Amino acid sequence: MRNRTTGRDRRGTNGGSAPALPRRRQGAHRIPVTLLLPALLGLAFLILPLVGLLVRAPWSGLSEQLTSTAVWDALRLSLISATAATAVSLVLGVPLAWLLARTELPGRRVVRALVTLPLVLPPVVGGVALLLVLGRRGIVGSWLDSAFGITLPFTTTGVVIAEAFVAMPFLVISVEGALRAADPRYEEAAATLGASRLTAFRRVTLPMIAPGIAAGAVLAWARALGEFGATITFAGNFPGRTQTMPLAVYLAMESDPQAAIALSLVLLVVSVAVLVGLRDRWMSTP
Amino acid sequence: MNTPMDTPNTASTSGAGTALDARLRVDRPAFSLDLTLAAAPGEVIALLGPNGAGKSTALRALAGLLPLTGGHLRLDDRLLEDPDQRLHTPAEERPVGVVFQDYLLFPHLSALDNVAFGPRCQGLPKRAARAEAATWLERMGLADHASVRPGRLSGGQAQRVALARALAVRPRLLLLDEPLAALDARTRLDVRAQLRRHLTEFEAVAVLVTHDPLDAMVLADRLVVIEDGHEVQSGSPAEVARRPRTDYIARLVGLNLYQGRAEGTRVVLPDGLAIATVEELSGPAFVAFPPSAVTLYRERPQSSARNLWQAEVTGLDLHGDRVRAELAGDLPMAADLTPAAVAELGLAPGAAVWASVKATQTHAYPA
Repeated sequence: MRNRTTGRDRRGTNGGSAPALPRRRQGAHRIPVTLLLPALLGLAFLILPLVGLLVRAPWSGLSEQLTSTAVWDALRLSLISATAATAVSLVLGVPLAWLLARTELPGRRVVRALVTLPLVLPPVVGGVALLLVLGRRGIVGSWLDSAFGITLPFTTTGVVIAEAFVAMPFLVISVEGALRAADPRYEEAAATLGASRLTAFRRVTLPMIAPGIAAGAVLAWARALGEFGATITFAGNFPGRTQTMPLAVYLAMESDPQAAIALSLVLLVVSVAVLVGLRDRWMSTP
Repeated sequence: MNTPMDTPNTASTSGAGTALDARLRVDRPAFSLDLTLAAAPGEVIALLGPNGAGKSTALRALAGLLPLTGGHLRLDDRLLEDPDQRLHTPAEERPVGVVFQDYLLFPHLSALDNVAFGPRCQGLPKRAARAEAATWLERMGLADHASVRPGRLSGGQAQRVALARALAVRPRLLLLDEPLAALDARTRLDVRAQLRRHLTEFEAVAVLVTHDPLDAMVLADRLVVIEDGHEVQSGSPAEVARRPRTDYIARLVGLNLYQGRAEGTRVVLPDGLAIATVEELSGPAFVAFPPSAVTLYRERPQSSARNLWQAEVTGLDLHGDRVRAELAGDLPMAADLTPAAVAELGLAPGAAVWASVKATQTHAYPA
């Protein structure tokens, strides 16, 4: 607190005329301007757009905008598909994280790199890749189509798959970190008490890393909720079926900017709610 | 789930002899353990040794957490491990209970559920397992703490919960890794006494690992001293304390120890120095005497003592109400004095002294 006020005083009173003076007064405790200025600029850069969203929001007509069925359809679809994608990520991702953290899998480094690839891969590329594999003429997709009559692209299931593809790495990384932080000797203790490896995982490891799993799930859910590129490439943009909130926002931006702002507000509120939930429950635990 | 628990009956009928018969060989690039252990039912063995001697490795091998590279492990006439036959019974299928050094109580489970964990894994229904666990906690005097999470237990309580948890699987081999190391000095005394009682009641074999000689002497029927992965001495606590065979043990039990060749009532050390004793011996022998048997003088005393050496004080430490002086010279040794004597002699590191030991206060025994 003290540092900040004196820093401001100094900028106000001295300008750039006597840089030696404040150093003598404050010694090592002052915040260097070369760090403070870009820091404040960065802060403004991150916060101002959100403020702009709030300022320009059509507050008067907001209730109308938000009660339209199109908005509700998109929101409902978004929530359902993001939750489903998180569920898929949990079912597949937690065991995968365990495999990476607790076994001497050959080529584990390579596997981990592959798992984290979707984190840095442009989502659109992910969508294209999904189409090539699961599309009607894709490697697996053609077989699914001919054998079971299942088509995945441009369906709600496709949305879930696209979102899970992009979101699961977040969960895997988070859970793997939690597993590495958890003392494996608890699993040994469980073994000496007669627990099989599966029982030890279920009854000892899983409860102990629950905070890490929850944090990973929330991250994955938030990522799935905002997913755009892979979804629109793999699942398209059909209202009520594959048009999630981000897609609806993008579409509305061209035809009805006011609606786009309203939809964005909803997503902002959901994100803030997630953040608050994350902080209250999981941020305090490692 | 079921086979391990069938063994106790067969064991108690076959009765006498060895319940534990093991030769533990673990070879690793930088370390090798080769230890033979045998114990009768009800016997408590302490593995005593300095850090890195292989005590914990031996314990982990017994528990099945570390595979043997050679030797065998037989418990109550059941072969649990034999690398030659490619037999390795995993930890969860061994009738073994372990009390870990820092207990490793599951932090998300209550004390009761921690103890009930083993019985449940053995197939007992939840309710029965909990009833069983409650009995164990009661036996440990912890009935009031059944619903408490481990994080809120004191060190001594956590230790007893860990013991209850290990005993609740009704093991035929109980392993304790430094069971008292995590406790402060005051609770240690109480817990040691309680642990002694529980170990006395325990009808199968118990092996405990410790680097504390007092714990080992109080808790165990037999000590096995390990250094560098090998047994250097074993015997009853009294035997080991009276006739240490390595410097490590001698220091632990507070004795000055020397090895040489006995010639009648004197033992000649490798460098030619002789120590007068009262025992008549010949051949390789040890001589030991306690630091309290050493008398120090500033001037050469007019004494008839045959054991008189010049030395230099290298260190002074207060041990209770005695001062332990470390002496360097022809015969390095520790000497105990009263603080008054230290002041009277004006002792300080670097002081030159004469040290004498009466032959009657030495103890010589064959090496």
